[in-house]
Amino acid sequence: MALEVMVKVAGPIPLDLAFRVEPGQLLALVGHSGAGKTTVLRMVAGLWRPEQARVAVAGTTWLDTATGVNLPPHQRRVGVVFQSYALFPHMTAAQNVASAMGHLPKPERRAEAERLLDLVNLNGLAERRPAQLSGGQQQRVALARALARRPDALLLDEPFSAVDRATRERLHAAIIGLRAHLAMPVILVTHDVNEAQLMADRLVVIEKGRMIAGGATGTVMSDPVALRALGLREAGATIAARIVAHESDGLTRLETSAGPLLLPRLDGAPGTWLRVRIMAHEVILARQAPKGLSALNILPGTVIAVKPGDGPGAFVQVRLGRDTILARVTRRSVDALALAPGVGCFAILKSMAVARDQVGAGVDPARPDP
Amino acid sequence: MDWTALWLSLRLAGWTVIVLLPVAVFFGRFMAYRSFGGKGLIEALVMLPLVLPPTVFGYYLLVGFGRNAPIGAFWQEMFGHPLVFSFQGLVLASIIFNLPFAIQPAQRGFEAVPIEVREAAQCCGMSPLRSLWQVELPLAWPGVMTAMVLSFAHTLGEFGIVLMVGGSIPGETRTIAIAIYDRVQAFDDTAAATMSAVLVAISLFTIAATYWLSARVGRRLG
Repeated sequence: MALEVMVKVAGPIPLDLAFRVEPGQLLALVGHSGAGKTTVLRMVAGLWRPEQARVAVAGTTWLDTATGVNLPPHQRRVGVVFQSYALFPHMTAAQNVASAMGHLPKPERRAEAERLLDLVNLNGLAERRPAQLSGGQQQRVALARALARRPDALLLDEPFSAVDRATRERLHAAIIGLRAHLAMPVILVTHDVNEAQLMADRLVVIEKGRMIAGGATGTVMSDPVALRALGLREAGATIAARIVAHESDGLTRLETSAGPLLLPRLDGAPGTWLRVRIMAHEVILARQAPKGLSALNILPGTVIAVKPGDGPGAFVQVRLGRDTILARVTRRSVDALALAPGVGCFAILKSMAVARDQVGAGVDPARPDP
Repeated sequence: MDWTALWLSLRLAGWTVIVLLPVAVFFGRFMAYRSFGGKGLIEALVMLPLVLPPTVFGYYLLVGFGRNAPIGAFWQEMFGHPLVFSFQGLVLASIIFNLPFAIQPAQRGFEAVPIEVREAAQCCGMSPLRSLWQVELPLAWPGVMTAMVLSFAHTLGEFGIVLMVGGSIPGETRTIAIAIYDRVQAFDDTAAATMSAVLVAISLFTIAATYWLSARVGRRLG
């Protein structure tokens, strides 16, 4: 039931990539604007037909230029959330959602639309028209409408770029919360690496239409080739953490597989699982546990790999409990500390180095992967 | 008051609108969504009746509908009477000279439907016909309605082309506009004044109804 995508075109926008998304998996297409991400999504939806491409999902071929197969969008079971929402302005929220239910008998559509609106936390707003809803609410309607078709593939085209930051964080949480209901392959197009790393299981990095890296999010985000395209300052890793307590001085105490983590106040009740993005350039490494340090988080770990860069820097991958983080240090420090695979070390992280938007909703890592 | 002429004008305008509605919807939609070489030329051709003097346009129609031209000959062959100086000829002429009034506003109406909204309709599983009915037509409706009202009102008032193609045969081709001219020629001021007033009333009513309906649509779209 996986979604397979292959495209190779010389122009007008050159594209050359191939990837596969498993059911229940969220793949983020990342790259700068103009890299061709949205074009790929439009091809999957059937809104653009290139010279040489293949799109197949759940055993059905949607597009195969070699055999001349090209289903129009309305014959592909696809759910699309557009950047501009693209809701039907003359319909209520419920009617918008029901409009994608051509497969259901008419009397059942209303109840199903309300169920989906509940799922995206819009209960009570079913009778509102798009103009009477906020940007975030419109985006939730668009998401419910995309799901209404029971799609074989869900496509999200920069769905969070038109809303403010607080709304964006809530929408991220909404999507992550919905993951249990998303049994189909999901593609998220975004230029926001932070968003991609916090939400996606897999990443495909596109540069000028070419796929330069693809794979599990953690692997891609520590791949020097991918990082050169995304920007070295985007390098980082996510770790799973659970809220333990909110302390009186404004810090939130979290628990990770490698030990406690103190961060500036976060939302969520104790017990909530989060995904925390730790930027590589914010991590300090030490061979001995330092004393008299202002940094509050000192986690013991083991070096797994050292990847020297072209310049003075090097990436060091450190295993912390069940998670892996990335540290960007100088090659001089690598030599001075004799950092090499298998060497024990301490990763030091300032609490203040983690910004609010680097923390996303997470899932219990003990739960089996979808 | 020439009730026959008024009724004839209303029938003529009604038929024109009935025939032009699907033409405006499908051609206006086509012109709004597609870009192709020669589109400007086609748009110019559609607009031509707007700038030509009615007598010039009427003259060409008269020639084209005549027995020696293909359309006129075909009509004579099919129905056994000439197309010129007949009600059917008038309807055909009316359809042609109303093309700009019908297509232009309808095209603007469809152009106002955002492309993402049309694409969203496709991605919601709507066939082109369902998308037209459920999404595009409701959104393009103000334009389509303007097209219909303009064609209706313009048909009631057209004079030159009707006179050229239809003459002034009572009950067949004498419209209210021609009847008014007729009455003025006969120094029958009372009848001319009454008929003019009736025409003003009908036009006012049509335009008021349009505004009221557009306002309703506007509220609906919020």
